[in-house]
Amino acid sequence: MNDVELIAVTKRYGGGAVAVDGIDLVIPPASYTCLLGPSGCGKTSTLRMIAGHEEVSEGDILLAGRNVTALPPAKRGTAMMFQSYALFPHLSARDNVAFGLRMRGVAKVERLARADKFLELVHLSHLAERLPAQLSGGQQQRVALARALITEPRVLLLDEPLSALDPFLRAKMREELKRLQRELGISFIHVTHSQEEAMALADLTVVMDHGRIAQAGPPREVFEKPASSFVARFIGGHNVLARAQGSFAVRTDRMRLAAAGNGPQHAGQVSALEYLGAAVRVVVAAADGTEAEALLADADFHAAPVALGQGATLVWDLADEHALAA
Amino acid sequence: MRAWFLAAPLALVLAAFLLVPLAMLVAVSFYDYDSFRLIPDFVTTNYVEVFGSMVTWRTYGKTFFFAGITWAITLLVGFWVAYYLAFVVEGTGKRTVLFLLCTIPFWTSNLIRMIAWVPFLGRNGLANRALQGAGITDQPLEFLLFSEFAVVLAFVHLYTLFMVVPIFNTMMRVDRRLIEAAVDAGAGFWRVLWFVILPLCKPGIAIGSIFVIVLVMGDFVTVRLMSGGQSASVGLMISNQISLLQYPAAAANAVVLLIVVLMMVAAILRIVDIRKEL
Repeated sequence: MNDVELIAVTKRYGGGAVAVDGIDLVIPPASYTCLLGPSGCGKTSTLRMIAGHEEVSEGDILLAGRNVTALPPAKRGTAMMFQSYALFPHLSARDNVAFGLRMRGVAKVERLARADKFLELVHLSHLAERLPAQLSGGQQQRVALARALITEPRVLLLDEPLSALDPFLRAKMREELKRLQRELGISFIHVTHSQEEAMALADLTVVMDHGRIAQAGPPREVFEKPASSFVARFIGGHNVLARAQGSFAVRTDRMRLAAAGNGPQHAGQVSALEYLGAAVRVVVAAADGTEAEALLADADFHAAPVALGQGATLVWDLADEHALAA
Repeated sequence: MRAWFLAAPLALVLAAFLLVPLAMLVAVSFYDYDSFRLIPDFVTTNYVEVFGSMVTWRTYGKTFFFAGITWAITLLVGFWVAYYLAFVVEGTGKRTVLFLLCTIPFWTSNLIRMIAWVPFLGRNGLANRALQGAGITDQPLEFLLFSEFAVVLAFVHLYTLFMVVPIFNTMMRVDRRLIEAAVDAGAGFWRVLWFVILPLCKPGIAIGSIFVIVLVMGDFVTVRLMSGGQSASVGLMISNQISLLQYPAAAANAVVLLIVVLMMVAAILRIVDIRKEL
């Protein structure tokens, strides 16, 4: 049975603005799903509707086959981890974690013991007595995670959980989230605007745009076969180019600098050059202004370097083109 | 040096208008007196009389009673008004308008607001006529005016806003996501209130309580006017002694009252840490 099923779910705000426009989505059991998209695409509204913090205007939400559309958050079997964590500032880490059990009437001794177990799960046992203000951002996040997990939800909902962390911590927490999801064997639904995060974590990537699902699939499928020019651009690493027969996408790492030949090519001037360490990013602007970029392995670039403003031609194999619907 | 210089004006004002009068008050409380004059001296008879007289104890009892009841009612009313303004009303504009509405009574003086109750609560006042007209009572209710009921009513009317403002202030600072997080964890309305909003509003409640308690403890006009002279308070007692030119007795009473009020404030600050509000 699927963990979550959205059936024609629509969210309309007062004044007629449509945040989510009749989306259908099936989330298989024990999977990691990332809702990905630019701000205002409806990903957070979707998450909040699954959590029950936002009313559904139309459509149904099924959790483990049960229609939960009209149920309050705590009766759904979900738990939410909030952006910027929303820890109770007047409660210690342990009491924050135990809060859900306290609301469910679990006796004090038992709920504190279980809170300690969950603090251990996120490696924070030694800071159980601290108030949130005395914890670092990363530690607060672990407390928030433990607090969400203690009610043993079937689905954990995470609203931009990594956005407040510095890049180093972000990579570490990413591993930790994936580890927890695997160990607990529950579903995580994670809202993010970072395609990198989605690719690193997700079993199922759902790219959203203007309240609709632009593409849903495993990250590899989304990256290798973007369904539209929006997806190709948003997921990154693609050039979206047009030809009389229609537009197509080519991965930037499939482009090469070479002399003009018979195959497909993009000629112009180097308009930007970025050294990224293991790779070099070369942007070539054609005479009509269209840009394409190549991500070249550093060794390849340094074997035949180009300079800013210099004429250059990017070539690729016809087989690397991926036709786009729009 | 510069810091001292910057602090000097306020220090001088406080010294001239607070410390010196206070020192004089303490000094006078040890003076002797007869019907016509103050006699500079150092006697403790004024304090002996304050503590030895049953009237003092009864008056303090009455004043505590007024302070306690007024505090409880203003807290109850003030909390819910603040809650409504902070959590129920949506939109800053509407909130500001409603908040200003709460302050309208303050556009007139305390005295006028109290006197305004007289035609309403009197024997032939609006309230009694309405009650009789509706057949709820067949004769005027006497307790409505010039009674302890009237005193408490006036206090509540005068001071509820002092409770609303600080509580509203702390409520506006409560992160709305905390409420969502509590709901997510399974808390209903009352438990969100008890476990999240109330603890986070403690500083505002403490500040409002200090306002109300200090104001009621020192009041003498409201009690005199609204009780029609039938009830007493410490402030009224001091005021009466002054009108009888018993300045040293009044001073001793005032010193005791000051200490009592400071102890009450200290007790409140002991229970609630309001530092993060300041």
